[in-house]
Amino acid sequence: MALNRKIAYIDLSTGDVKIEAIPLEWRRKFIGGRGLDAYLLNKHCPPGADPLGPDNVLLISAGLLVGTMASASARTHVMAKSPLTNLLGSANMGGFFAPEMRWAGFDHLVIRGRAEKPVYLYIHNGAIELRSAENIWGSGVYDTQDLIRRELDDPETQVLCIGQAGENRVRFACVMTGRKNAAGRTGLGAVMGSKNLKAVACRGTMSIAIKFPEEALEYNKQIIDQVISTKVSQIMQRWGTGFIFGVTNTTGLVRTRNFQYNQLPNSEDIECENLDKYSIGLDGCFGCQVHCRHRYIIKEGPYAGTYAQGPEYTSQGAFGAEVGCRSMNTVLVGNHLVNDYGMDTLEVGSMMAWAMELYEKGLITDKDTDGLKLEWGSDEAVIELVKRIAFRQNIGDILAEGPLPAAKRIGPESLKYLIHVKGMSNLHSDERATPALALNIAVSSRGSDHLRGRPAIDLYNLPMKVLDKVYRNPDGYDGPLTNSYSEYEGKPRMVMWQELVYMAVDCVGICKYHTVFLSPNHPQFKEFARLIYLNTGLEFSEKDIWDVANRGYTAERLFNLREGMTRKDDWLPDRYFDEPTKLGLPVARGKCIDREKFRTMLDEYYRLHAWDANGVPTAELLERLQISDLMTAA
Amino acid sequence: MANKIMITDPEKCTGCRLCEIVCSVKHNGVSNPTLARIHVVKWDNEGFYMPMRCQQCQDAPCLAICPKGAIYRDPELDSVRIDHELCIGCKMCVQACPFGAMGWNPERGRVFKCDLCHGEPQCVRFCDMKAVDYVETTRLQTGKMREAAESYSELMRRHGK
Repeated sequence: MALNRKIAYIDLSTGDVKIEAIPLEWRRKFIGGRGLDAYLLNKHCPPGADPLGPDNVLLISAGLLVGTMASASARTHVMAKSPLTNLLGSANMGGFFAPEMRWAGFDHLVIRGRAEKPVYLYIHNGAIELRSAENIWGSGVYDTQDLIRRELDDPETQVLCIGQAGENRVRFACVMTGRKNAAGRTGLGAVMGSKNLKAVACRGTMSIAIKFPEEALEYNKQIIDQVISTKVSQIMQRWGTGFIFGVTNTTGLVRTRNFQYNQLPNSEDIECENLDKYSIGLDGCFGCQVHCRHRYIIKEGPYAGTYAQGPEYTSQGAFGAEVGCRSMNTVLVGNHLVNDYGMDTLEVGSMMAWAMELYEKGLITDKDTDGLKLEWGSDEAVIELVKRIAFRQNIGDILAEGPLPAAKRIGPESLKYLIHVKGMSNLHSDERATPALALNIAVSSRGSDHLRGRPAIDLYNLPMKVLDKVYRNPDGYDGPLTNSYSEYEGKPRMVMWQELVYMAVDCVGICKYHTVFLSPNHPQFKEFARLIYLNTGLEFSEKDIWDVANRGYTAERLFNLREGMTRKDDWLPDRYFDEPTKLGLPVARGKCIDREKFRTMLDEYYRLHAWDANGVPTAELLERLQISDLMTAA
Repeated sequence: MANKIMITDPEKCTGCRLCEIVCSVKHNGVSNPTLARIHVVKWDNEGFYMPMRCQQCQDAPCLAICPKGAIYRDPELDSVRIDHELCIGCKMCVQACPFGAMGWNPERGRVFKCDLCHGEPQCVRFCDMKAVDYVETTRLQTGKMREAAESYSELMRRHGK
């Protein structure tokens, strides 16, 4: 059944593998996936560990509902101490790896140590084997999966792996599976590289019993209908996440030329409608009817004929808006390259845009770039820079270190152009006109990030009764809420609520597009409780799930505090407060964040979480959540 | 009755494999694609996906090779069915099927194949793209004719004929 999947402790230094049952108590407290990973990271990663040293632990997990009758239950979670931020490293991806890992008998892998030579793990029906990866080392993400499948003589094998960027310990290297699924953020690919772990391959034929199969099947249909009946899902089914660009760019909510403008005019070529020319069809992760990405073929230049997947909204930003490029071909090639090298498209885009602004300001010169002209809108420079970062060549070697170490090497003046929080770059979104979204990136548990707590539906100016229905449950919040995205009031609650719903969805292993992210009408706590019951028999109320999510999020907070984070890290770069936006619709133009109001929002956000004025969870909260043991570890 | 057939359109398939999982839960109460009666064959390096399952052949090799007459044609849905009372588990049918659509369940010690869910195939019900579909043969024919005719008629319209 779904509750009998195991946890494996793997020491790459010694080759020891220990397999244990997952205690039911852990399920009750953390459900699984990201929530349980957060607990395990606190327990198994020694305080102050070198993120690229053998002491760091790499956690790979499948959520509790992965592979069951829960739509889009495809998600793999990866966690470790981040080599990018030296704080929580945590990233989530779709594809087919996590279900295969469950059919092979496992929910959680806890990997420590460092293999003497490159290895990969082969997990097959309850057994775990270390195999040599010496012949595979040096390969990109596409080839790695192909070579392993051939070596195992099984095209059904699912592989999670790193590309050259992870091997070269680029501090924002990804863990990948399939053509484009990326556990993208916080540099977990570099952690794998540091352990000489090239890949994890899974193949399983072990049944996951469904507790109430008939009812679970019918309820799954109901959930699918609920999700694909919303407008936003129907748009995504047709265009993918690229549709967002048209809206945010028109309004003036995207970072352009690093952070100098908030709109890229004349960018029709990189709009999602233009993808039709390259698309050969859409692609779905395991069990998902939203199928939000394209399968595409590059048509021009040296990469013509290459098959890749995406590009997502993020890549339109990374290879478009941020660096001032206006070519869909550049977006398609850049997206393909970062996926094959295994690097976070978002961090790559932001680092390039920052470097270009430094080049413009004269803080980087042709001498540093070996003659490469880092000029805005230069398609050649962008593609060349992607390669140099992955292979750590001259300026690429500096950028591969990530925002703060790179700024340290270039000089203190460069720091003020950096758009980062806690040492991790922001998405290409510009939050100066949207205080709720600004708060989200400032407080996120993994550095500047939209997928930890973004109240994206705040952008819709929804009727209050819709917001009441979403944001007052399931704990009966009775404080303020506002439905204009220019407001500051009521937003901390929206951010905090989203943090917990995203944590919950990551614990069960379902995609965020299947919860309240882009639609207020998608499944959330109540539906998760029902899904868990029908698939596993475990009973949770919606409030129980909320508490589980709170426990997991608090555990992440405790890890960050333990590793040296303080209140001052929950803050935005000065440019958010000092440089008003220049372009966009009136609602987005001439805007910046008000420092005092932002401070008040931050105080309120801590209060809602029951954290003290310094952002430290109170002893009472930890006792109520039954995780006081993590505080002693801190 | 028996005027509907299962069809597959690889161009529509997004490769999500929901059909597999729904099939295995429906028939076995468990999630396990190796027990599903449908499987999406994938060429991940090219992005080509093809759902494969029983074609309910008219001259079915599985039926022909069965030494016990345990495989028979059900006239109601015009489908090929297994009589597990007569089946001796020799697996000749598994080897004979040219599509790999006859499976063997080691736990139950039984062969298995698509039974069209008694006229309501769950793979079709759950596939939003309708990459697998269960359609009336006549409609399939006229639909395809219209599709094919479209290119000709467009040409004719363009030339003002």
